Amino acid sequence: MDAFLLEAAINGLLLAGVLALLTLGLNLIFGVIDVVWIAYADLVMCGMYAVYWLFVVFGWPLPLAFAVSVVGVAVLGVLVHLLIIAPILGSAPINQLLATGGLLYFLQSFATLIFTTDFRNIGVRLPVIEIGGIYISYSRLLAFGVALAGAIALYLFLKRTYIGTAIRAIAQDREIIGLMGVDQRRIYLVTSAIGGALAGLGACLLALQYDVHPFIGNTFGPLIFMICVLGGLGNMIGGFIAAFIISQIIAIGGYYFSTELSYVLAFILFILLMFIRPQGIVGR
Amino acid sequence: MKERRIAALAGLAVLLALPLVTPAYFLHLLIQVLLWGFIYTAWSVMGRFGLVSLGHGAFMGIGAYVPALLWNYFDVTPWLGIPLGVALSALLGLIIGYPCFRLRVVGHYFALVTLALGQVVLLSIVAARDITGGSLGLTPRSIGHSWYALQFPDKTYFYAIALMVWLVGLLAWRWIDRGIGREALEAISDDEEAAAAIGIDVTREKLRVTVISATLTALGGAVFGQYLMYLNPETVSGIGVSLQIVFAAIAGGMYAMLGPTVGALLTIALTEGLRVWFGANFVGAANTIYGILLILFVVFMPRGILGWLEAARRPRAAATSPAE
Repeated sequence: MDAFLLEAAINGLLLAGVLALLTLGLNLIFGVIDVVWIAYADLVMCGMYAVYWLFVVFGWPLPLAFAVSVVGVAVLGVLVHLLIIAPILGSAPINQLLATGGLLYFLQSFATLIFTTDFRNIGVRLPVIEIGGIYISYSRLLAFGVALAGAIALYLFLKRTYIGTAIRAIAQDREIIGLMGVDQRRIYLVTSAIGGALAGLGACLLALQYDVHPFIGNTFGPLIFMICVLGGLGNMIGGFIAAFIISQIIAIGGYYFSTELSYVLAFILFILLMFIRPQGIVGR
Repeated sequence: MKERRIAALAGLAVLLALPLVTPAYFLHLLIQVLLWGFIYTAWSVMGRFGLVSLGHGAFMGIGAYVPALLWNYFDVTPWLGIPLGVALSALLGLIIGYPCFRLRVVGHYFALVTLALGQVVLLSIVAARDITGGSLGLTPRSIGHSWYALQFPDKTYFYAIALMVWLVGLLAWRWIDRGIGREALEAISDDEEAAAAIGIDVTREKLRVTVISATLTALGGAVFGQYLMYLNPETVSGIGVSLQIVFAAIAGGMYAMLGPTVGALLTIALTEGLRVWFGANFVGAANTIYGILLILFVVFMPRGILGWLEAARRPRAAATSPAE
């Protein structure tokens, strides 16, 4: 195996970390609230703009800008739930999906309106590490590490705390949970906030690597949905595995053909897998 | 019924007379309303039965790109190219639809499969940039006024074409609305298992409306390409277009024949109004308002404007007709 292929594979692995983190957020919301947030990637876009604005325009220190952005997107997540999802919680799932489709339209257009379509970069250049002829960008390594840490923190939260346990219980049986004395509305709000926070964290990590523009959500949004469904909607471990598979297909496909074709390949694989295993690759 | 027929004929007469009195700019808007109205109607043909496609840009893209590419590279007349593109689109609808319906991929799973389909077509067009021009777009070779190339600098011709195509869409809608298949499809969208149990061929019924919808959408894309003489992957197959189709159809009301056309009228009036009002540097304004409206429509008025008006007029009939 030559060094370039290995480099592509390693970069794919590092990309998978961030994708897995976003997939976790989306999966959590789907598993608990039973809603598909089509606009999830656009919440990430908002987070990236928040980082850019706080850090570059207001000149805040980067860690503070990151922290505020994560909190900001978490609040946004709560607002999405309160304003859009909660009023139509009882209607057909497809209506909820369409309502968040409206949110996607709104966020992208609103961002175009106030930020224009210019590509903006926070201008932080982290060094590149060379190991035996393979170049790995430090920002990707950092993103991978933080994403992994975030996933572990979420795991511990779900396993060790009362609210975490209630969240897992609601994902397993929506009907019975009310009888156990758990306040469903509060759980939904907490879940939306965590989902938002994960999008915000993903935004910070992506802002280190990519320019932000109003339509950046379109580039990886469909991808994370696909990963979610492949892993089995609501199944967090499955989503994690699927993130690694998909990003390898994209990285190695991009090495052999072109980036677009490797995406085409990944989407076709997704469609085929939906027919063969609609419950996801690790589903029961 | 008689009054309705007279009203329809009068409306048609007005539409036929319009190009004689309207300036070119309004004619351009009218053509757009008719063509988008046609595409939204095509979407509603399946959307009203709970088959929500987020990837109609795929069909539109194929319908638009196939004739343009054949014309540019092989001098094939659009009279052949358009049927070919439409046929390919129908075939794609069949290839995607059959396994989906056979294996019971429904609800948001179906929506996500169609979303992926739209991405496949979009990214394929971008990837084949040596032929299609990629993200820069494609301009069909212009030869002036020609029936052979289906190119008419005079907008009146395209107005007539758009009007015809739109009427075809309405007829298709009406045919499905009046047919026996409608009952079957409504039963399916209410409860698929139960529908299958009473002997409805679920796969066949769904496939029929899907292929009709794909065919009409591709035709709309093809006519659009001939009219605008410029194609861009994002504007024919992007997520934005696919969502715009869904939004306008819902806003107008996908359960009424003229609903999708009302949606087209509404969205184009909004875009143009805001453009004239605020000027071109206020690009995102129209879409920002669309987004908010889409949310409001889904939350408060899932039957659309026309559906809502009809329900207000005939409360009893509305109670029995299919809701969301």
